[in-house]
Amino acid sequence: MKLEFSAADEAFREEVAGWMAENLVGEFAPIRFRGGPGDEHMYVEERIAWEQRLAAGGWTCIGWPEECGGRGASIEQQVIFAEEYARAGGPGRMGHIGEGLTGPTLIAFGNEDQQARFLPGIRAGKEFWCQGYSEPSAGSDLANVKTKARFDEERGVWLINGQKVWTSLAQDADWCFVIARTDPDSVAHKGLGFFLIRMDQPGIEVRPIRQITGTSEFNEVFFDDAECGAGDIVGAPGDGWKVAMGLLGFERGVSTLGQQMGFQNELNAVIAAAKDNGAAADPLIRQRIADAHVGLKIMRYNSLRMLSGGGDGSLQPEATIYKLYWASWRRNLGKLAMDVLGPEAEMLEGQGYELGPLQTLFLFSRADTIYGGTNQIQRNIIAERALGMPREPKGN
Amino acid sequence: MEFAFTEEQIMIRETAAAFLQEASTSAAVRAAMDTELGYDPELWSTISSDMFWQAIHLPENCGGMGLGYVELVATLEQMGRYLLCSPFFSTVCLAANALLVHASDEQQIEWLSPLASGEKTATLAYTSRGTDWSAESVSVTWTPVADGYELNGEYRYVIDGHSADCLILAAREVGSTGADGIRLFLVDSDTEGLQRQRLGTIDETRKQAAICCDSLRVPVSAVLGDPATEACSSLSTVIDLATICVAAEQVGCSQQALDSTIAYTRERVQFGRTIASYQAVKHKAADMMLKVEAARSAAYYAACIAEEALSGGVLGQELAEAASVAKAYCSDAAYFCTGTGIQLHGGVGFTWEYDIQMYFKRARASEALFGAAGQHRERLAAMLLDAPAIGGAL
Repeated sequence: MKLEFSAADEAFREEVAGWMAENLVGEFAPIRFRGGPGDEHMYVEERIAWEQRLAAGGWTCIGWPEECGGRGASIEQQVIFAEEYARAGGPGRMGHIGEGLTGPTLIAFGNEDQQARFLPGIRAGKEFWCQGYSEPSAGSDLANVKTKARFDEERGVWLINGQKVWTSLAQDADWCFVIARTDPDSVAHKGLGFFLIRMDQPGIEVRPIRQITGTSEFNEVFFDDAECGAGDIVGAPGDGWKVAMGLLGFERGVSTLGQQMGFQNELNAVIAAAKDNGAAADPLIRQRIADAHVGLKIMRYNSLRMLSGGGDGSLQPEATIYKLYWASWRRNLGKLAMDVLGPEAEMLEGQGYELGPLQTLFLFSRADTIYGGTNQIQRNIIAERALGMPREPKGN
Repeated sequence: MEFAFTEEQIMIRETAAAFLQEASTSAAVRAAMDTELGYDPELWSTISSDMFWQAIHLPENCGGMGLGYVELVATLEQMGRYLLCSPFFSTVCLAANALLVHASDEQQIEWLSPLASGEKTATLAYTSRGTDWSAESVSVTWTPVADGYELNGEYRYVIDGHSADCLILAAREVGSTGADGIRLFLVDSDTEGLQRQRLGTIDETRKQAAICCDSLRVPVSAVLGDPATEACSSLSTVIDLATICVAAEQVGCSQQALDSTIAYTRERVQFGRTIASYQAVKHKAADMMLKVEAARSAAYYAACIAEEALSGGVLGQELAEAASVAKAYCSDAAYFCTGTGIQLHGGVGFTWEYDIQMYFKRARASEALFGAAGQHRERLAAMLLDAPAIGGAL
């Protein structure tokens, strides 16, 4: 075991920190620490400009192979980039879905033509993506998608019909990847396709969902004979589930350590508030703040273990705890923030329904234990896949 | 950066697991814990002469193997998993660490060598009745007398204090307070003026004793290190190093509670299916696994930091924090996992016959040692909230 990064990696850390310090200033100063979870609807224009600044500096898609426009950065370097990005207050990435999900999926499962058409736009910070997975009747049971894809021989395009929900960034995205049923008589995992669909077309309507926070980052997306080019299906019709599951693997990666730097910023804000208003003297608050600190430290150690082990990139049994762990931790932090603030936690800045950062943390963190697999689904996954306990019986 | 075992470390862990599975069976543990000594001297002799575990992290010039704290912690995890009854913890994690941290080079060669060879056992006594486990809690006093010192006072919660061959005693100068006046003394346990008494404990797998110093006379040569040097901060380091060892045992204890509980729920049939198939049971098991894995991460990170602290590495300054993070989390995890283990075992979990009760008791007893979870959280809170700033780094 060795905790230190190599001298080369530390030099890389300085390079990243230096670049961030030089560039996240001036026109970009207002978006420092903005646009994260619960704040993704803010500063969209500025954050798009920021993506292009990142791209010009060679800081988008650094984990992609060089032949795909990336830097082929090592796991360590990706971790360091994510940490320094967050430490500097780098804004929520507009391009994270394209960079973290679409790109790796196309690199793994896409054909040359798809890679050539889609990767450069993502790499350049010019084309943004959203994810069309969940549906009203396909939440935890993702395989229950009803959205249909029918190939129109005459027009030579796929026609998509159905509804997606909980689609973040849909109103700002240029493209959406969608799983839809290519075989109308199929059920569950079979008969699905994985489609790349242009958002700006008459067959698509985006309706924002007003959330518990009063804001709208998530949307419903309606597909009414929306068109998808014949060359824009990844894999063959029927391969959709395999592609989608491969993609979920990309979601749990190095970004976790950058995410934790964001959590550290939030915990620091709670600590500052406690020192400021005297809550830091309350023995129960002290216990809970220390507990949050312990939880975050261990979250980092868990990630270091996940990233160090399994050289073949396979998900080790202990990796199954990650989502349940961080989501529960952050939800507790949100409540702790409120308890630290006391009666002031309730007060809004103005007359509108505008939340402060800790209020947003409190309310938005209720989503953390639901999206991306609820805590209950995560416990099933841990029990069944890591502990080998019997699988849940299927309903009819 | 590589936060994973090397192949050699994996081998050490696997060897320990295989040995203990055979040697520290339920029957062996129950037999050993029923004795006054608290362990099987034959097994201890095999461990010290064939396995050399007591020598793992001790320096080679004292007969040790010169390996690191990670190897030590990997072995301790397995000892916790199999509830090994032995004087290992007291001899290695307490006494040997005290010598490593505070004794002079000559004293290390003289006093560590018999510990490294397994010839002698030893322990550290510093606590008296009360709930404070910090170095400053030392209450036994010393006064200078002709040719040495006289010690007076009573220690409690001394691990293996009734059986150890040598004792390292922490005492403070009469009239001193706080961090001042503390010294460490090494004495043979049959020295006149020492009274030792084993204390009955709920957890019978680790014995504790009371030691009374009644005008105990010790020579100047018994003082660890330079007699003029304050020992409080060294003692604090030793406590942190031992705390990490307890956390490692707690990881093994939690893991075994999980494993035996899963095994039981996969066999036990009710309403025509194994109880492992019920979501109410699966979700509890998932919570147990989350805590086991997080506890393991904390203990191994702390082991890396302990290694740095003992070798003078820069990350060694994190020792107190890493020890408290590990102990706070692992204590809660072990209590949760063993308690949930009893619950998922149902009625048989409440019997003397099934082993889960022994793990539960061990978890509870370990929780109290060197400060309960709440005390370690308070220590962290003081670092976070009372100091000027801890910095933004994780």
